[in-house]
Amino acid sequence: MPDYNEFLARIFEILKPVAKQGIILNEESELVTELCLTSLQVMELIEQIEDHFDMSIPLNILPDIRTVHDLALQLEKLSS
Amino acid sequence: MSLFDKFQPIVDIRSDLQALGIMPFGAVTEKILSSTEAIVNGHQVILAGTNNYLGLTFDPECIAAAKQAIEDFGTGTTGSRMANGTFADHIRLEQELASYFERKYAIVFSTGYAATMGMGSTLAGPGDVIVLDADSHASIYDGVRLSGADIIRFRHNDAADLDKRLRRLGDRISNTLIIVEGIYSMMGDQAPLADIAEVKRKYGGMLLVDEAHSLGMLGEHGRGVAEAAGVEDDVDFVVGTFSKSLSAIGGYCVSNHAELEAVRFAIRSYIFTASPSPSVIASTRVALRLMQERPELRERLWENAHRLYDGLQQLGLQVSPQVSPVIAVTIKERNQAIDWWNQLMQRGAYVNLVMPPASPTDDSLLRCSVSAAHSPEQIDRIVEAFAAVKNSSN
Repeated sequence: MPDYNEFLARIFEILKPVAKQGIILNEESELVTELCLTSLQVMELIEQIEDHFDMSIPLNILPDIRTVHDLALQLEKLSS
Repeated sequence: MSLFDKFQPIVDIRSDLQALGIMPFGAVTEKILSSTEAIVNGHQVILAGTNNYLGLTFDPECIAAAKQAIEDFGTGTTGSRMANGTFADHIRLEQELASYFERKYAIVFSTGYAATMGMGSTLAGPGDVIVLDADSHASIYDGVRLSGADIIRFRHNDAADLDKRLRRLGDRISNTLIIVEGIYSMMGDQAPLADIAEVKRKYGGMLLVDEAHSLGMLGEHGRGVAEAAGVEDDVDFVVGTFSKSLSAIGGYCVSNHAELEAVRFAIRSYIFTASPSPSVIASTRVALRLMQERPELRERLWENAHRLYDGLQQLGLQVSPQVSPVIAVTIKERNQAIDWWNQLMQRGAYVNLVMPPASPTDDSLLRCSVSAAHSPEQIDRIVEAFAAVKNSSN
């Protein structure tokens, strides 16, 4: 099962081309307020993670996710 | 910080529109001239953005039945189905729906929203799983969110993606509810229900199909996409509405599962709201009968759908992928969509303006819908209005 760091690395890889220029991605980057992802882009991010790790991510975890760190943490919980 | 801060984006859009002198989301229908024409915001228009698919809103038999019901039973039931709000005709309509769908059990709801929201929030609960099409209607999303179940989306109309997600569930499939629609309301595209049913047969789970936009349109008896695809036996629950092809308001769920009669008394949107008014039930019963007696309505609807689809496509517009009574024209830029909507209105065609997040992508849509009651000439006038607007914007 992938761990926190594997999820984190994958999230950074997916976000790199999407994030606004000049913004440095780190664990504390906020997906919506800082990286300016639309709700559609958040769903695309989720889908790409799902495909890569062959897992389904329930929508229920979304309200608890603000930052890249939150997302990686929730994914680790899901896969454990 | 105030409670109202979060509404700022709406305030901004409204003031943008006000500056342009356009209020697409508050258009007022001042007078209805017929089931296909009205005075909206002072303009006489052909209605090309309603859900009046069979055009029965002014059918004399429907109107007569509604009038008689008001005389006999009053203007409202003033109570819940579970208390004083179940009249004999509510039961009759449930029996007629069950018989039409060739299913054993039926529940009538006060709105289509209450039907989908209620079934989605009640059938599955904490610990269960709901797998739904990503482009599902807001009433489905609202319901499943209330359910407490784990909510998993699959890519829109992608049976292979559904397959993956059901496979990943393992043993949890036994308490999984799959939710899809028949025809999707924004783009008018149909669910690949034969493929979806096959995936369901492979893994298990229960399947609920919302046929809100497909009732009276598809299948030998007009029962919708499930009938047309020949997979009604794989569908556990069909939900739908009276506010589109049946030209009133209300909703239903039909099923062969005897447990539906117990589920009924757990659905909060069924219990804690007043039952449909007698006049609504009366006109719906007649409309349901007329829909079966007049298959020519369905034929005319599809002739009109093809005529409008072909016409808009020939103009070089980006139309939705599948011919359907719902035809969406994609306009990438929001302000251009607003401008086109406004010009179409001035040229006598009322369509629906759809902007994100209501549209399935980041694009805006001009959503058109046809009715069996449109004449071919009216369809041509809608196409001409689009042609004129397109030419003036070049």
